[in-house]
Amino acid sequence: MGQLPNLNEFMRISRRILAGLATASLAVSVTSCGGGSDTSGSFDDTVTVGILHSLSGTMAISESTLVDTEKMAIAEINAAGGVTVGGKSYKIDYIVEDGASDWPTFAEKSKKLIDQDGVPVVFGGWTSASRKAMLPVYESKDAFLYYPIQYEAQECSNNIFYTGASPNQQSEPATDFMYKRSPAAGKPFFLVGSDYVFPRTSNTITKEQLKSLGGTVVGEDYLPLGNTEVAPIISKIKKALAPSGGGVIINTLNGDQNVAFFKQIQDAGITPSNGYYVMNYSIAEEEISTIGPEFLEGHYGAWNYMMSIDTPESKKFAADFKALYGSDRVVADPQESAYNMVYLWKQAVEDADTFENSAVREALVGQTFDAPQGPVEVMPNHHLAQTVRIGLIKPEGGFEILEETDGVVFPQAWNQFEPSSKGYACDWTDPSKGERYKL
Amino acid sequence: MLLDSLFNGVAIGSVLLVAALGLAIVFGLMGVINLAHGELMMLGAYTTYVTQLIFKLPLLKPYYNAYVIVSIFFAFIVSGVVGILLEKAVIRKLYGSPLETLLATWGVSLILQQFVRSVPLAYGTGLVLSLIIGLFLPSVFSSKVKDSINFKYVKFSSWIFAALAGVLSGNLISSSVSKLSRASARNVDVTAPAWMRGQVEILGTAFPKTRLMIIIITLISVIAITLFLNQSAWGMRIRAVTQNREMCDCLGISTEKVDVLTFGIGSGLAGVAGVAVSLLGSVGPNVGGNYIVGCFMVVVLGGVGNLLGTIFASFGIGIMTDLIGAGRLLSIWPDMPLPLSNTINFFATTSMARVMIFALIVIFLQFKPTGLFPQKGRMVES
Repeated sequence: MGQLPNLNEFMRISRRILAGLATASLAVSVTSCGGGSDTSGSFDDTVTVGILHSLSGTMAISESTLVDTEKMAIAEINAAGGVTVGGKSYKIDYIVEDGASDWPTFAEKSKKLIDQDGVPVVFGGWTSASRKAMLPVYESKDAFLYYPIQYEAQECSNNIFYTGASPNQQSEPATDFMYKRSPAAGKPFFLVGSDYVFPRTSNTITKEQLKSLGGTVVGEDYLPLGNTEVAPIISKIKKALAPSGGGVIINTLNGDQNVAFFKQIQDAGITPSNGYYVMNYSIAEEEISTIGPEFLEGHYGAWNYMMSIDTPESKKFAADFKALYGSDRVVADPQESAYNMVYLWKQAVEDADTFENSAVREALVGQTFDAPQGPVEVMPNHHLAQTVRIGLIKPEGGFEILEETDGVVFPQAWNQFEPSSKGYACDWTDPSKGERYKL
Repeated sequence: MLLDSLFNGVAIGSVLLVAALGLAIVFGLMGVINLAHGELMMLGAYTTYVTQLIFKLPLLKPYYNAYVIVSIFFAFIVSGVVGILLEKAVIRKLYGSPLETLLATWGVSLILQQFVRSVPLAYGTGLVLSLIIGLFLPSVFSSKVKDSINFKYVKFSSWIFAALAGVLSGNLISSSVSKLSRASARNVDVTAPAWMRGQVEILGTAFPKTRLMIIIITLISVIAITLFLNQSAWGMRIRAVTQNREMCDCLGISTEKVDVLTFGIGSGLAGVAGVAVSLLGSVGPNVGGNYIVGCFMVVVLGGVGNLLGTIFASFGIGIMTDLIGAGRLLSIWPDMPLPLSNTINFFATTSMARVMIFALIVIFLQFKPTGLFPQKGRMVES
């Protein structure tokens, strides 16, 4: 009968096992955080880019999907031989920083990425507030930020490259569709949004556009961020739209407020079957599954990319993403924008044959890319020419694409319906024009 | 029209009331500034979500329609137990030092938020279950066992049993309901059963059923808590202790037990509020934070230490929100003079209505700092 190890020995053994486990798990986490794809294939050098999104806080849910997509694009480029500059092939490596849903943190981390890590480009941001916080950093350091989200425009920086839709690539075609060709064509409009810059600017544009179309806006209301009490808004919508037997509701509510809104308007009888149609600017495939398609069925959305686009590029994009991150994941417009911008940067760097900012900036304008949504092109105002699609939300989730624009729509950094920017445009290829010049 | 407006006001007010009712007890009667109140609501909301998913299992599927009713009881127990633990572990040590209580409970609220973000709900459910068993199992034994000197071993073994039960049920739930097996910071959605969706028509006005349900939940909570406080022996003790703690101590009332009970009931009511709130919007880690300011506002406006004041204050705020926010003043008095109607139009959006109501409350409290119904009586402190 062997002697049982005494307690001290037992403790020592278990401590050793624990230490071993800790080392092992550390090693695993180091390799998984190390970034980049596998090191197979031979590269002459590496180039490190920055990825800056919120990985914690309220925006983490949305922004982490962008990090996933950007990592996927980088891995694809590396697998295809990396970036070739000056005859040397570079493997793309990345540093992921957490903006923590806190706007000053975005600026701080941008400084860190530019000064300390010396990255040639940062892919990052989601909210307009985070972009506005980062803008001065990139302008003062003449660094370059790629920003992938559809936004309110009225901005055109020499140091930011916007791959999301400007209002004339989303809300304008959507308003046109709702006013002319939707089941509620010709009916009055009601505008609902969260109380911050994007909904307010977007609604100003919609109001001006409807004025020129001959339509009417019978009401407008904003919900403070975080507030989910929509009862007063519902009674206003009913009062305003019921006399004409329904109408169009333009919805720019943010995140969870949509859940409260759609649950309660359905209970209040504001449904497509009663003649009320909601056009949404911030509900994509991801949000449809969160809110529940049973609440959204029969309403509309407008995007550049929808997962149901039936082209080989779109299917491959969705399939690759699912293969990498799980079959229950979906791809949506912001992710597609994030995917495109990595490829466009790579093409521009190869054309410029250097990582140097001003050369890349010059080479970037005019780049074309066969994106999942179809061909896109970088315009002189640092925005993207892209296709616009109107989709009907299906009972099982996702969009049924009802119509798409005939070819690309050219972006307007300065909106032509908004009185303060009417008649202005942006062109960074011509030094005499720049950020804002009169047409 | 008038009916519609009144209903809307009552509907908004009842959400405020059900959320503030627990706080009216914890803050109003006990004087504890509990910033984790919103997170106790959040736990109630998550309980509803978990109950909903469990009722979708084949075994319970036939009773699916009843899950909301069941979850009200579950939520009361879950939030109540967490509240009791909070009282025993944190707040008990801090009676009489409001600033420390405020900071400590704020810390607890952050912990609870992060807990639901990073722990799979199935294991969270298991943990809560083991807490419930561990706390209540010792009390079912006969007094003979309780008085015996070995009772601490009974207690200890019941905690071990509770822990085992928690782990087992956590595993069981996580293997049978895949949605609960992974941690997620994403908001989840409670879908009301079919009989609670849509609307009913009364006197030509359509009322959403979920709103009616919330009004009923609120009504029952208010009646139950009033009866409890005024009719039951423990209710009397609670009121006595809130009025004069030292004297009660002298007269042999266990103030410690009263504190636990009061805090537990207040927290449980927060859980019930969580059920109500989950019917309106989505359920997420931040759901409680959206209501906490409103709750304190209602209790302070109503007068600390007075349930009646809380009721009046929440319905008052509800009706004001509807009158201002939906621009109803204009339709009641269509030809009001231009400057006045412009002002009213300016405030007739939800965000501006909130500003207006806060301003009105601040002005009101300037004149009546103790609220609508100030507590009268010979308090020791006063």
